[in-house]
Amino acid sequence: MSLYAVQKFLYQLNRSEQAQQAYLSDRTAALAGFDLTDEEIRALVEPDIGLLFHLGVNGQILMHFAAFHHIEWADYLQLMRDGIALYGPVREGVYAMTGYEGVDAHAASLGQHSAAVGGGPSTSEENN
Amino acid sequence: MPLVFAGVCSHAPGITGRADQADPEVRDAFYAAFDTMRADLEASRPDVLVIVAAEHFANFFMDNMPSFAIGMADSYRGPIEEPGWLGIDKVEVPGDRAMSERFITGVMQGSDVSYAQEWLFDHGIMVPLHFLTPRYDLPVIPVNVNCQGPPLTPLHRAWAFGESMRAAADAMPERVALVGTGGISHWPATPDSGKINEAWDRDFLARWERNDRDELLDYTDLDVYADAGQGGFEIRTFVAISAAARGASGTVHFYEPIPIFAVGCVTATYDLSG
Repeated sequence: MSLYAVQKFLYQLNRSEQAQQAYLSDRTAALAGFDLTDEEIRALVEPDIGLLFHLGVNGQILMHFAAFHHIEWADYLQLMRDGIALYGPVREGVYAMTGYEGVDAHAASLGQHSAAVGGGPSTSEENN
Repeated sequence: MPLVFAGVCSHAPGITGRADQADPEVRDAFYAAFDTMRADLEASRPDVLVIVAAEHFANFFMDNMPSFAIGMADSYRGPIEEPGWLGIDKVEVPGDRAMSERFITGVMQGSDVSYAQEWLFDHGIMVPLHFLTPRYDLPVIPVNVNCQGPPLTPLHRAWAFGESMRAAADAMPERVALVGTGGISHWPATPDSGKINEAWDRDFLARWERNDRDELLDYTDLDVYADAGQGGFEIRTFVAISAAARGASGTVHFYEPIPIFAVGCVTATYDLSG
């Protein structure tokens, strides 16, 4: 696994129109030169936002990638939740520092109810 | 010339990008607080605005991540985000290379910093400027404290950096204004986006108002992460402004959790007249 390479690709994509054009022209070819696993390549090519979050991509990088793919904000948040449900806790990176296991568990750790803080999946109007 | 203004404010992209989804009453009250902060800033008649931000991988990445960086260019461009997503048009923001160089040279007397002659502003700077200098007619010196990619500079170094900025500002002939931007508790761009720990925020802001060094530095990153999310790491910018205010007491003019903006929204200033 090479979270660093995944994030570096996205960092460069986010700030370079040239890199964006290359990705739009041939997604797989645009990843050449980055030391990525097959799983990471799949996540970046599809794209699988939930898998990328599970792998540990920082949301401050990932949200731009989602916007680039015209994914609405609420859908972006839900895709990450789905990724945690499907693939499991975040593997690496800043969100894995204390173990990220999902919205409800996270809210409980703060002694809060998800709905009360706008973090629960049932409170879509609040949690965007 | 002694520092003429010191304050802090929020910078979350939702403040402008998702404005239409917020409760109009609370949104407008927050915007009004920004208007008041702008009026106070303008009343201080600054020649330059030093804006201390916590950028989000727009310029700095883990291949060479500075703890502290200061811009040194005659102009900057932003936002890096799509204007439609952020709600702010792409603009050119004035800088002043010579003034930046003097400021950086002064800061270096007390703190080690990187400098950058290129800088793309992201929402961390653009959202505050959108409200505080909407005509983009005041030269800006951008400053970044790494609050995103651990390991992060310890809080006591952020404090020392604030002291270094104050000494540098006071030594300049220009009237220098200082604004820190960041979140307090928040979990930006994650599944927990919208979660806000209001009690933690209010406790931190009370410490910020009292401007007690020991209280402000009495956090560990693990505790901050657990209670205030990775967005809470951005208190480093608030702490730096506290240090720069040199014991002045502060006033929180506005604080309200606004989940759709994904942060507890704040404007606050220090009284430098004492």
